[in-house]
Amino acid sequence: MKHTVVAMVEDRPGVLTRVASLFRRRGFNIDSLAVGTTEEQGISRMTIVVDGDDGIVQQVEHQLNKLIDVVKVSDLTGEDTVTRELVLLKVRCGAINRRGVLDIVEIFRAQVIDLSPTSLIIQVVAEEDRLDALVENLRPYGVMEMVRTGRVAMTRGEQTAAVHEEEPDELQRFHTESGRRPEGELPFTSK
Amino acid sequence: MRLSGADIVLECLKRIGVDTLFGYPGGVVLPLYDRMPAHPEIHHVLVRHEQGGGHAADGYARASGRLGVALATSGPGATNLVTAIQNAMMDSVPTLFITGNVARELLGKDGFQEADATGIIMPAVKHNYLVMRADDLAYTFAEAAHIAQTGRPGPVHIDIPKDVFLEEAEFTWPEEVSIRGYDVPGAGDDELVRDAAAIIDDAERPLIIAGHGIILGRAWDELVAFAEKIGTPVLNTLLGLGSIPADHALSYGMLGMHGSYEANIAASTADVVIALGNRMDDRAMGRFADFNREAKVIHVDIDASEHNKNIPATVAIVGDVKQVLPQLTAAVQTGAHAEWVREVDTLRDEHTDSMAVPSGPELSVQHIVTRISELSPEATVVTGVGQHQMWAAQQMTFTRPHQLITSGGLGTMGFEVPAAMGAQAALPGQRVWSICGDGGFQMTLHELATLLDEQLPVKMAIMNNGFLGMVRQWQELFYADNYVSVSMSQPDFVKLAEAYGIKGLRVTDIESVDAAIKEANDHPGPVLVDFQVEAEGNVWPMVPAGASLAETIETPDEVTA
Ligand SMILES: Cc1ncc(C[n+]2csc(CCOP(=O)(O)OP(=O)(O)O)c2C)c(N)n1
Ligand SMILES: [Mg+2]
Repeated sequence: MKHTVVAMVEDRPGVLTRVASLFRRRGFNIDSLAVGTTEEQGISRMTIVVDGDDGIVQQVEHQLNKLIDVVKVSDLTGEDTVTRELVLLKVRCGAINRRGVLDIVEIFRAQVIDLSPTSLIIQVVAEEDRLDALVENLRPYGVMEMVRTGRVAMTRGEQTAAVHEEEPDELQRFHTESGRRPEGELPFTSK
Repeated sequence: MRLSGADIVLECLKRIGVDTLFGYPGGVVLPLYDRMPAHPEIHHVLVRHEQGGGHAADGYARASGRLGVALATSGPGATNLVTAIQNAMMDSVPTLFITGNVARELLGKDGFQEADATGIIMPAVKHNYLVMRADDLAYTFAEAAHIAQTGRPGPVHIDIPKDVFLEEAEFTWPEEVSIRGYDVPGAGDDELVRDAAAIIDDAERPLIIAGHGIILGRAWDELVAFAEKIGTPVLNTLLGLGSIPADHALSYGMLGMHGSYEANIAASTADVVIALGNRMDDRAMGRFADFNREAKVIHVDIDASEHNKNIPATVAIVGDVKQVLPQLTAAVQTGAHAEWVREVDTLRDEHTDSMAVPSGPELSVQHIVTRISELSPEATVVTGVGQHQMWAAQQMTFTRPHQLITSGGLGTMGFEVPAAMGAQAALPGQRVWSICGDGGFQMTLHELATLLDEQLPVKMAIMNNGFLGMVRQWQELFYADNYVSVSMSQPDFVKLAEAYGIKGLRVTDIESVDAAIKEANDHPGPVLVDFQVEAEGNVWPMVPAGASLAETIETPDEVTA
């Protein structure tokens, strides 16, 4: 079964390697991994879709928690969540068949964001099932390129997966000013 | 106070309480070496190979319970440390590994002696750092020492580019560290403790399996109090030996691949297994799927990821054994399981043959280690990996924690000499015996030179069977006597010792064993004894790889593979 695991991590060099290496070494299967910043400075959010039974996912959570740079782990599976993924699709499409493609775009509430005489780019934000259906419908026209961001998720209502424990100011300053969160001038940055 | 990065590193080590540093110099750490004379409180031991330095730090930490520290240069220095780091990782030893790296502007440029030490070592440590500013050194060291020594201890690595040692920064030692992604578990959940106590109170055949966590958590007294209150036998994992004195009435020795018959059968027939501070590893528990399926399992460990990893737990308590054991002791009823204890005693009495010390005339490892144990009962014992290790674990009497120092998880041949060196450095004036394999000894024997330099009076007993004995045993038993690459010609170990300026003794018959041990004990410096033991002795009992503990075999006739 697929689980959506959210890991709130320190935004430090190497944190992605640590997480990726853990999954490889323990043989956990990642379906998708999406990383980005959060409302909290210095914290990134990793949304990881893991395939495995409850025991495996429990191991994933425990192993992630052991990483010092991982601040909090939540399994959103079974929670009431909003789940989304963004896809860009470049479809082969000229004047003759454009109408057909646009019909599909409309039905799926997708958007055309780029147009050329022979192709167009479609953007859609949705749950995976709908994305899969969209891709299936566009295939006959010729999908030239596709990129998917991987799943992101958030629980509905008041509850959050966020980190509430703020770093003390002094540490915050230390971490931000220090080489641990370099601005990108060095080879080991996470951004 | 403004200091150079190098001075800050050495100041930090002093604040942490480090007095000994096992290291090896090289280009990028020269700025650090340059400043060592200004910090005489830290004694630098020049080892002969970085792996030796790493194992020495490990042995130092295991013997003393304090942080062990090793230092190496970039590139080959760092990669030479890797075996020792992984060894400390597998056995949860509080250690700090410091490597230099190329200057910041050269990082990632494949310059001379650049290795991605941070990347290579990352999966082999509890945590690691690449420090990019001298300003960050103090906090990083404080955090590293905290992480290495708290919770489930382990190795931490700090990689420092050469020019960071030279950069100046303001030095202030952080009195506290706060890491929001790092919690140190303490007491166990009360409700779970009650659940566990109810199961224990109902048990008819409860059994304790005490592991390394008891020693790491300094909970040996709490273990004995708990065991005595419920009146159950206590088994040890290899690394748990010494957590309950071997001469305690409830101590039943080691279980596992070469555990005693009664221990393995007791573990397979208990109705409640109480695993304390151990990770239920395959060498201890046998085939997981068939480990005592009837038993309820109570698993107490500080590392939640060990729960249900290998063996499902009925009750899993996350916590520090030092705190959880008193909680459990208070919650359980006083018990005595006389009938069950008698049953295990009977098993022991009826199955003495497989672990009996051969009476001669051939010189056996079992006899030698027994005599070392009897003639130096206080000694700290370090071993290599192989048959001699298992015989030492089976036959020697461990009456206190930190008495046995052995490579359990990684099974690293070559651990015996450098780890004993580190242990001796931590225990001046105390006796350290290293039980060496003739194979393993040759992997790191270069540290003989360090022993002499440092006047560390380690007593080394080479169990010279002319074989990679444990591998030979497997080839004999499971590969139809097809010996491939297990027989070794040996150097003259006595001459070798003498070449290093170390006293060498040779023993070829059983009558001379005691005299040699006494002579070694009486000699003030390091001694190497070449015990020429029988070539093809086998360690019994044995749980064949992949079998369950219930399938423990006691003689070669039972081998079916
Ligand atoms: C570094 C390393 N390489 C290989 C092994 C595999 N191995 C396990 S025991 C053993 C034989 C050890 O021989 P020796 O040190 O002579 O001890 P003995 O078994 O003869 O007592 C070997 C090769 C190992 N444990 N460690
Ligand atoms: Mg040998």
